[in-house]
Amino acid sequence: MLLVLSLLMGGVALVLLARGDAAPRRIATPIVFGLLVLWLWQLACVGYHVPFVLLPPPSDIGVAIATHLPMLAADFRQTVLRSVIPGWLIGSGAGLLAAIALDGSPFLRRGVLPLGSLVSAMPIVGIAPIMVMWFGFDWQSKAAVVVAMTFFPMLVNAGAGLVQTGAMEADLMRTYAAGYRTTLLKLRLPSALPFVFNALKLNATLALIGAIVAEFFGTPIVGMGFRISTEAARLDLGVVWAEIFVAAAVGTLSFALLSLLERAVTFWHPSYH
Amino acid sequence: MPRVVPLLCVLAVVIAVWFAASVPMNWSQAQALADDNASWTDIAAATQSLDRPLLPTPAQVAGNMVTTLVGYPITSPRSLLHHALVTTWESLFGFVISLAAGIVLAIGIVHVRTLDRALMPWLVASQAIPVLAIAPMVVVVLGNIGLTGVLPKALIAGWLSFFPIATGMVKGLRSSDVMQRDLLHTYNATTAQVFAKLRWPASMSFLFPAMKVAAPLALVGAIVAELPTGAQAGLGARLLTGSYYGLTLQIWSALLMAALLATLAIGLVDAAQAVLVRCRGGRL
Repeated sequence: MLLVLSLLMGGVALVLLARGDAAPRRIATPIVFGLLVLWLWQLACVGYHVPFVLLPPPSDIGVAIATHLPMLAADFRQTVLRSVIPGWLIGSGAGLLAAIALDGSPFLRRGVLPLGSLVSAMPIVGIAPIMVMWFGFDWQSKAAVVVAMTFFPMLVNAGAGLVQTGAMEADLMRTYAAGYRTTLLKLRLPSALPFVFNALKLNATLALIGAIVAEFFGTPIVGMGFRISTEAARLDLGVVWAEIFVAAAVGTLSFALLSLLERAVTFWHPSYH
Repeated sequence: MPRVVPLLCVLAVVIAVWFAASVPMNWSQAQALADDNASWTDIAAATQSLDRPLLPTPAQVAGNMVTTLVGYPITSPRSLLHHALVTTWESLFGFVISLAAGIVLAIGIVHVRTLDRALMPWLVASQAIPVLAIAPMVVVVLGNIGLTGVLPKALIAGWLSFFPIATGMVKGLRSSDVMQRDLLHTYNATTAQVFAKLRWPASMSFLFPAMKVAAPLALVGAIVAELPTGAQAGLGARLLTGSYYGLTLQIWSALLMAALLATLAIGLVDAAQAVLVRCRGGRL
C-alpha cells in the first residue's frame, strides 16, 4: 500500500519537476528520482521481507559502511592508492608519450593506431593471471594490469588528437618559422588536450575495473576486489554493497575532478563558450 | 594495399620482440632444468619449449590453440572450442538483451520528458562507475535463488553493454535534422511516423559505433562473470584454472581466443553495417 502510494506520489512529483527548464529543476529531477529508487528499494525489502542474502535494504548498506569504515579505508588504500592511481598515471603517461613518439612517422602511425584501437577493444583484464605470475600477488601485478588497460585508449585518443590541428593554424606556425618542437608544444599538444582528457576520463573507470577484477585472481587479504569476491561468496552482501558504493564514489569523484581540471586547462575550447 | 603494409610490419615486429623476450624471461627456468654441462645454446633452445614457461613463445601459444581447438571432441572440457562457444553464447545472449533494452529505453527517453530528465543524468554518470564490480555478487545471489548456468553471465554481459547502446541510441534518435523534423511536422506526421521515417533511420549511424563498443564489453562481462562460479566452463574458467595450476599455455591460448572473439564481434558489426549501407544505397 505504502509502496504504491510512494510510487504514485514520486511519479507525479517527477513529472511536475521535469516540466520546467530552470537549472534547479534540471538538477533536482535526477536527485529526486535517485531518492525515490532508494526509498522504494527500502520499502520493498522491508515490506516484502526480501531475504538479506538476496538484496539488503539501503539502510543496512549504510550501517555496513559505518561499521566497516577502517576495513573500507584499508581496501581503498590497497586498491585505489596503490594499484589504480600509479597504474593509471604510468599507463596514460606512457600512452601519451608513445603517441607523441609515433607522431613523427606516418608509417608507424598507420601501423600502430589501428592495432591500438583493436587492442583497446580486447578483454585486457584477462592478462591479470599472467601479471600475477610475473609481478606477484601484491599491488604491483594489479598496477601492471591497469597500465596495460589504460595505455591503448590513451595512445589511440592522443594519436587522433595530435592530427586535429587545422591547416590554418599550422600555416600560421610556419610563417612564424616555428620548428617541429615549438609547433608540437604550442599548437598541436594544446589542441589535442580535449582528446587526452577524454582518454583520461575513460581510463579512470577502466583503471578501477582493472584493479578490482585483477584482485579476483589472487591477492593479499586486502583490497576492494578481494573483499567483493570473498564476501559475496560468504553472502555478507552488506559489505559487498558497501565496497561497490566506495568504488562508485571513487569513479564518480575522479570523473568529476578530471572534468573540472579539463575545464580549467582547456578553457579556450569552443565547447565551453 | 598500402594500408595493410604498415600494419603487417608492426605485427611482425611485435611477434619478433615476443620471440626474443621469451629467451631471457624463461632463461632461469630452462637453466634449472638443463644438465650441468649444457651449453648456452642448449639452454636458449630449451627456453622455447618449456612446459610451463613464464612467457610462452608465439609458436607455443599457436600450437596449444590448435591442439586444444581441434584435438578434443567439442563436448570435452579440455576443448578450447567448447569453452569459447560457452562464452560466445553467454555474451551473445547478453548482447541481445542489452540491445533490446537499450533501444527501448532510448526510445522512452527521447519521447518522454520525465524519463529524459530523471534518467539521462544517471545514464551519463553510470559511465564513471565500475559496474563490473557487481559481477561476483550478481552471480552468487542468482545462484542462490537457483539461477545458474548461462543466464547470470548473460545478465552481467548485458548489463555492461547496455550503457553504451542506450546513450548511443539517445544521441542517435536525436541526431535528425531540425529542418527535416519541422518538415514532417508541416506534413502533420504523427510521432510514430516521425520515429519510423526520420528518427530511427537517422539513429543507425550512432547505433553501429555503439554496438562496436558494446559487443567486446559483453565479452568482457561474460568472461569476468565466469570467475566467481568456481570455474566450470568458459574462457574465464580457463583463465582461472590456468592461474590456479600455473598452466601458462592455457592462460595465453584462452586470452588469444578471447581476443579473436572480440575481433570477430567487431567484424560482424562492421559486416552488418556494410549490409545496411548497401540496402540503403550507399549511405548509413
